[in-house]
Amino acid sequence: MDLNEFAEEIGSTGPVTIAGLATRGGPVEGVRPVMAPVGIEWVQPAEMTVCCGAGTPVEELDAALAAHGQSVAIPPTGTVGGALVVGHSGLRRLGYGPVRDTLLQTNYVNARGEIVKAGGPTVKNVSGFDLCRLLVGSHGTLGFLGDVILRTRPRAQHEQWFTTTDDPESVVAQLYRPTSVLWDGTSTWVLLEGDRRDVETQADNAKLGRADPPDDVPTGGRWSVAPSELPNLIGTGRFIAEIGVGIVHHEHPQSPRPIDPPIAELHRRLKFEFDPEGRMNPGVDVLALG
Amino acid sequence: MGSLIQDLTVELGSERVRSGPSELSLYRKDASNMEGSTAVVCLPETTAEVQSCVRIANRHGVAFVPRGSGTGLSGGAVPLDGAVVIATTRMDQILSVDQLNRLAWVQPGLLNLDLSNRLQHLGLHFAPDPSSQQTCSIGGNVANNAGGPHCLADGVTASHILAVQVVLPDGTVTTLAGEEPEPVGYDLRGCFVGSEGMLGVATAVCVRLTQNPPGVMTMLLDFASVEDGAETVSGIIAAGMVPAAVEMMDQLCLQAVEAYIHADLPVDSAAALLVEVVGLPHGLAADVDRIVAIAHEHNVKTVRVAQNEDERALLWKGRKSAFGAIARIKPNYYLHDTVVPRTKLPEVLAKIYEIADRYELQVLNVFHAGDGNLHPLLVYDAREPGTIERVRLAGEEIVRVSVEAGGVLSGEHGIGLEKRDYMPLMFSEIDLAAQRSLRCAFDPLGVANPGKVLPSPASCGDIHSVPEGVWI
Ligand SMILES: Cc1cc2nc3c(=O)[nH]c(=O)nc-3n(C[C@H](O)[C@H](O)[C@H](O)COP(=O)(O)OP(=O)(O)OC[C@H]3O[C@@H](n4cnc5c(N)ncnc54)[C@H](O)[C@@H]3O)c2cc1C
Repeated sequence: MDLNEFAEEIGSTGPVTIAGLATRGGPVEGVRPVMAPVGIEWVQPAEMTVCCGAGTPVEELDAALAAHGQSVAIPPTGTVGGALVVGHSGLRRLGYGPVRDTLLQTNYVNARGEIVKAGGPTVKNVSGFDLCRLLVGSHGTLGFLGDVILRTRPRAQHEQWFTTTDDPESVVAQLYRPTSVLWDGTSTWVLLEGDRRDVETQADNAKLGRADPPDDVPTGGRWSVAPSELPNLIGTGRFIAEIGVGIVHHEHPQSPRPIDPPIAELHRRLKFEFDPEGRMNPGVDVLALG
Repeated sequence: MGSLIQDLTVELGSERVRSGPSELSLYRKDASNMEGSTAVVCLPETTAEVQSCVRIANRHGVAFVPRGSGTGLSGGAVPLDGAVVIATTRMDQILSVDQLNRLAWVQPGLLNLDLSNRLQHLGLHFAPDPSSQQTCSIGGNVANNAGGPHCLADGVTASHILAVQVVLPDGTVTTLAGEEPEPVGYDLRGCFVGSEGMLGVATAVCVRLTQNPPGVMTMLLDFASVEDGAETVSGIIAAGMVPAAVEMMDQLCLQAVEAYIHADLPVDSAAALLVEVVGLPHGLAADVDRIVAIAHEHNVKTVRVAQNEDERALLWKGRKSAFGAIARIKPNYYLHDTVVPRTKLPEVLAKIYEIADRYELQVLNVFHAGDGNLHPLLVYDAREPGTIERVRLAGEEIVRVSVEAGGVLSGEHGIGLEKRDYMPLMFSEIDLAAQRSLRCAFDPLGVANPGKVLPSPASCGDIHSVPEGVWI
């Protein structure tokens, strides 16, 4: 299916929902589903960009980029579009940055069934308002992504996980730009990337031992807290926290976070501006997804 | 209710409400060559005072324009039709620093370089480093999503902003996002960055701080042709390296700068690349070797690796003095800012030389080659009749060839007034309507910096037709 067919299928009336590979919640039940275009259109290693349909599986994108020694900072499973509109980063966010920084341009379909271009194809661009950032994390409530141009990054020459029982604060203070630092309240895991000799020297200096990454990451809840609050997690249950980031993979769900009324009002107005009839992923309330 | 100026004076005191002719003429413009008009300039010191200024402007039915240091090059801070200027100059404090988690809260009027200088003892800095960093404000960086040489590896301002406290166009104060990584709901902070003062006034900013690198190598590579230089850039990136910075200077620029600072620059070469790599010792040395090898594949003439901090500083001074140097060629300059795919650099640069020739103008190129961000600098003498028109026409052609090559209108200076009417070169009416929707959600009455970015102003729907509290 191409972009025009996708737009036609979405049309301009009646409730409609977007279906991917259902790894992140899936479409709204009882609503007519559509699927985004699938497939990689091009890879440009010297530009560090890639263009693909939003319905392309993340694994397929990853394999295509691996052939050029590159990757994109989107966590595995599901479709590229699904990963973007949910917006959750992977365990390497400390080094790779958030998902929102990967989307350079998208052609999305709006509530009137029109194809809209947001952003631009180059790695640097400040032409107009940044609608790409609005769409990442919007859970398909403002428009459905059709195709996307993403920023890629070079794969590291060498990577190695380490562990230590030193507290994460002292570990972080000794390392230069680790890719990931995880902490379960007792042990700290560190992922280092780069030249093999530099990785080993850093690990030796910080007295880190080689290890596998933690294998049982709790999935009961994904918490988002200020990184300075992570030490307060002790005693709340089983968790693995991303140090320096503030994502916590917890056995329990996070208690609801307060929402400032002006923020709720901005959400209401945005939804009204982009989808006045509330036809796109109806019933999905991004403020309740916390 | 008194007059606009009286009401503002009651809030801020007469010393911080300026309406004298010399000051009004200063705040009528920014660093572009555009001018507007303002009735009054306010110098608030707190969020509450900014809020008062916005509310008073609203009450008097007058628009307002946020302003940082006024170094913007696209007319973003130029007030139109007597708008109230809200200048953040006096809001220049660092509010807090979290060294461990590498973030800080700062006021918007803090100067970019002051922030990094004041963090030096902690081994941290604010990564975006616009060439104007000695004078531009963090608030202006946020509003324009500023870039700089070191944004190649570390990303532009948007990647370094965690949260923004704002006064919304209706005077409400709230905070967009926070120190936490995945705030609930839409990425409102992401929308605000780059919004050029049209979604409200930033009154406090939470910035991400970056570790200073343990090692730095800086080198100057020069080439007999611009193509060789540009292909070296593409070669480096395709080989899987993202240096901290890759800047290019063309021959005219090298000559102008050399005459100015005497740094032994390769004035006989068509182009030179200033490449900087940072990191840990082995990776650093390996990258330098690979970059030099790639440069040799593309016929590099000489490779000059800075031997010490003084030489490194001198090479960077060469890059950063371009503006001072050109003042010696002609009294006026017009600096453009477009982006093209890196692989199109040779082709687009050739067209830029051709355009400048055709309009009988001199053009110097000094730019962020690593991310394809061109900065053609047209030098001229405004006193020569007809010159300004030729500069304008040449500029428009440069923007067109950049977009036609698969590029964009602006890489870091923003759209403002300067490129507002070029937006249709890149966006359809439908695309622009979506951008207007964002503006309407934040500013339904269009009171925050009106007349910028969007070629036709937003006429917003009536949200009140939706029942209060209903999530549709
Ligand atoms: C010699 C020179 C070199 C430059 N080099 C670079 C460069 O390398 N990279 C680059 O990106 N730019 C560069 N610039 C452009 C300029 O310095 C940047 O755009 C800078 O970010 C503007 O900051 P400012 O404080 O001067 O903002 P201003 O010019 O005062 O304002 C710019 C825009 O921001 C808005 N604004 C300002 N403060 C706020 C606030 N608190 N809240 C909301 N909106 C606000 C204004 O309304 C306006 O739209 C250069 C300029 C010059 C003169």
